[in-house]
Amino acid sequence: MSVTSVEKDPESLTMTVRADLEATVERAWQLWADPRQFEQWWGAPGFPTTVIDHDLRAGGQITFFMTGSEGERHDGTWEVLAADPPRHLELRDADVDDEGRPNDGNAMTLMVITIAERDGGGAIMSIRTHFDSLSGMEEELMGFEEGMRIVFLQIEAVLAETPV
Amino acid sequence: MVVAQESDAGVDRIFHALADRTRRDILALAVGDRYSVSALAKRYPMSFAAVQKHVAVLEGAGLISKERRGRERLVRTDFDTVQRARVLLDGIEELWRARVDRIDELLATEKQTTGGQQ
Repeated sequence: MSVTSVEKDPESLTMTVRADLEATVERAWQLWADPRQFEQWWGAPGFPTTVIDHDLRAGGQITFFMTGSEGERHDGTWEVLAADPPRHLELRDADVDDEGRPNDGNAMTLMVITIAERDGGGAIMSIRTHFDSLSGMEEELMGFEEGMRIVFLQIEAVLAETPV
Repeated sequence: MVVAQESDAGVDRIFHALADRTRRDILALAVGDRYSVSALAKRYPMSFAAVQKHVAVLEGAGLISKERRGRERLVRTDFDTVQRARVLLDGIEELWRARVDRIDELLATEKQTTGGQQ
């Protein structure tokens, strides 16, 4: 199964992705709760993700980094705002610079994950992301080839609408 | 006729500007945020002058403009905020579609190795 809906709002900078998974709710929760599993799907192949800290409790922190094709390192730090296994997770993202400070001051992106049973078996996972700024969105794309490729295509599409 | 030729030359400049990987990268960065040329230069393993040259090509094609703030010259695309948000959201959508594909693969592999048990 796969992505069933994507809602994007360029005014409020929010996006909700819903996906049907061939898994129980408990199994789907493990995709987030088990750092070794998270490492396998978060980053693209060729951009390995390494989880450092993984304390999935309210107030806990998740830190990880991804390594790009030219050896560049993208750090991620999330604060866990809420964790109610196996159905509800809220993470606040604070990307940090080399000194461990947030790159964008106090600006942070919020992610709300809900997992529910699907009628007829399987699980529905929904990820709602609220971006605080365009630069927060750009941070999200850093190191993701597939996302950047679409950005280039979209730039070309915008240019095609704009008279030269 | 003259107008058409000028427009052809403009399209040529855009294609030339987009033909280089570093310039595409700079353009994608400039959609998300404002960067000074020196901040951009720090991101690439090349000289400040080389990055400045890439920025000049993008500017010549009308893809980005420079804006003075204090002593710095900031680089940005000429799209409006909603257009920029739409471009970035499309990129992030693609990122999540790829993630869900990887999740599906992970779940499918596991099912095979455990003989269908979860």
